[in-house]
Amino acid sequence: MSERVGFFTDTSVCIGCKACEVACKEWNDVPDDGFVFRATSYDNTGGLGASTWRHVAFIEDFTERGDRWLMSSDVCKHCTHAACLDVCPTGALFRTEFDTIVVQADICNGCGYCVPACPYGVIDRREDDGRAWKCTLCYDRLRDGLEPACAKACPTDSIQFGPLEELRERAAERLATLHEAGVAEARLYGERPDDGVGGDGAFFLLLDEPEVYGLPPDPVVTTRDLPSMWLWAGAAAVSMAAACFGAFARGPRR
Amino acid sequence: MSRERAMVPDAEFRSYYGQPIIKDPLWHEPHMPVYLYLGGLSGASSLLAAGCELTGRDRLAAPAKIAAAVAGSAGAAFLVAELGRPERFLNMLRVFKPTSPMSVGSWILAAQSGLAAVAAGSAVTGLLPAVGRAAGLATGVTGPMMATYTAVLVSDTAVPSWHAGHRELAFLFAGSALASAGAVAMVAAPHREAGPARRMAVIGAAVETVASEVLERRLGILSEPYREGSAGRLMRAARVLTVTGGALAAVSGLTRWRTPSVLSAAALTAGSLCARFGVLRAGRASAADPKYTVVPQRERVAARERNRAGG
Ligand code: SF4
Ligand code: SF4
Repeated sequence: MSERVGFFTDTSVCIGCKACEVACKEWNDVPDDGFVFRATSYDNTGGLGASTWRHVAFIEDFTERGDRWLMSSDVCKHCTHAACLDVCPTGALFRTEFDTIVVQADICNGCGYCVPACPYGVIDRREDDGRAWKCTLCYDRLRDGLEPACAKACPTDSIQFGPLEELRERAAERLATLHEAGVAEARLYGERPDDGVGGDGAFFLLLDEPEVYGLPPDPVVTTRDLPSMWLWAGAAAVSMAAACFGAFARGPRR
Repeated sequence: MSRERAMVPDAEFRSYYGQPIIKDPLWHEPHMPVYLYLGGLSGASSLLAAGCELTGRDRLAAPAKIAAAVAGSAGAAFLVAELGRPERFLNMLRVFKPTSPMSVGSWILAAQSGLAAVAAGSAVTGLLPAVGRAAGLATGVTGPMMATYTAVLVSDTAVPSWHAGHRELAFLFAGSALASAGAVAMVAAPHREAGPARRMAVIGAAVETVASEVLERRLGILSEPYREGSAGRLMRAARVLTVTGGALAAVSGLTRWRTPSVLSAAALTAGSLCARFGVLRAGRASAADPKYTVVPQRERVAARERNRAGG
């Protein structure tokens, strides 16, 4: 296993150019995701999906909080405890030698179970093709020693790629710098290995609460509660047998 | 109603243009809810058949075995039709993954539908009675698993109202399965032989009613989707149908007429189907509104911070 790699997306320097979206599409041959004018902001892809593996969110915040524009390039988090991977019944989703999560398109049977399992709403199924798709963290490029296409294309280094440990250190430094400069609202998201998904392989520096960017404030890998779920299902199954016993125990035999 | 509303004030939360955070569960109607119903019917029918086998009630056992086999295979067909790549269905059996309820469930479904087919085939043709009997008894074990694993299947997702309802859903599905199997056997078997099926239906209806009541009341804000919109209408219809069907089942044995049994079976079947459709739609609604993702998570964060501050 190689060193774990990931992304640190520093949204404080994102200029919303969408070079990452384009580079991702070009390199990975991701099909068209529709030309939609959403009438909410400069966002026209809306969110991550089967054919949108990088998504630049635009938050036009002209409220009492002040006039500001927040921009952030979202991506699959490559979770330490990845729900998509846990629930995939075919083994199509797997963890690579870089500790990233990738779908094998030749195995996926399109059951769609990974889709509602992801606590971030990342992975989705292409309806014309029937299979699930998401960011691979440019698995092919990593194997050739290259950095992912989005990070390569990012003109402001908002998207930084590298060994996760190094990125975490860099992020802590950046956060301290911003706090010193008086940007009190700066915060890291997904960098803690003790959060509900064991930490994200792709984590962020945000300038507002995560939900403002369409991110869940406290995601938990659904399979954390799986033992309890099986226990309750088991109890229900045993109760069924008991009910059946009751149904036969009473009354005359014929 | 109004008391609940007073207890759960409209939650304040922020979001990205009101867009959902998690993805919509892809499962289709009618495939998924019908699959849930058929799985329950097959599983509980097997249980009934196994009970008959052990107590020597052949004339009730036969229709129960047939129901278990037919519902099992029909359920499998619905499940395959639900896939994006149906021709790759067998990839499900490529691995056994304990962390995936769909993987575990595929194996349960394969075992249940296979064994139920053998048991029914032997009962109908009279061939290989010992094998048929063994298979039938084995479905007494796979059947309840078949009927309840589906609760784990839907709750092991990020869909807020399913995940939070995993306890209640297990019992809702178990009760619903008992009621639907009792209903079918009650009309398929000779009237005088159907006593255990009737009692199974009554117990099932009671369990289903209590479980859905708890589901709709005890999950705080995450109960809302079970009460509102089309999901709420389906859950209420399920309630009325199940209570009516259960009451009719209880009295149907007292008369020689079949009409109460037939009405009861129809009401219970419709009630069980409504509950499955209602659960699917409630989950959908809870996934579509970011409120149900954000508010409970915010409460969790706040509670953690209070704990930390309190030392
Ligand atoms: S963010 Fe979602 S799709 Fe990406 S690894 Fe985590 S669970 Fe899987
Ligand atoms: S849709 Fe494909 S990748 Fe997703 S869980 Fe099913 S088989 Fe696995």
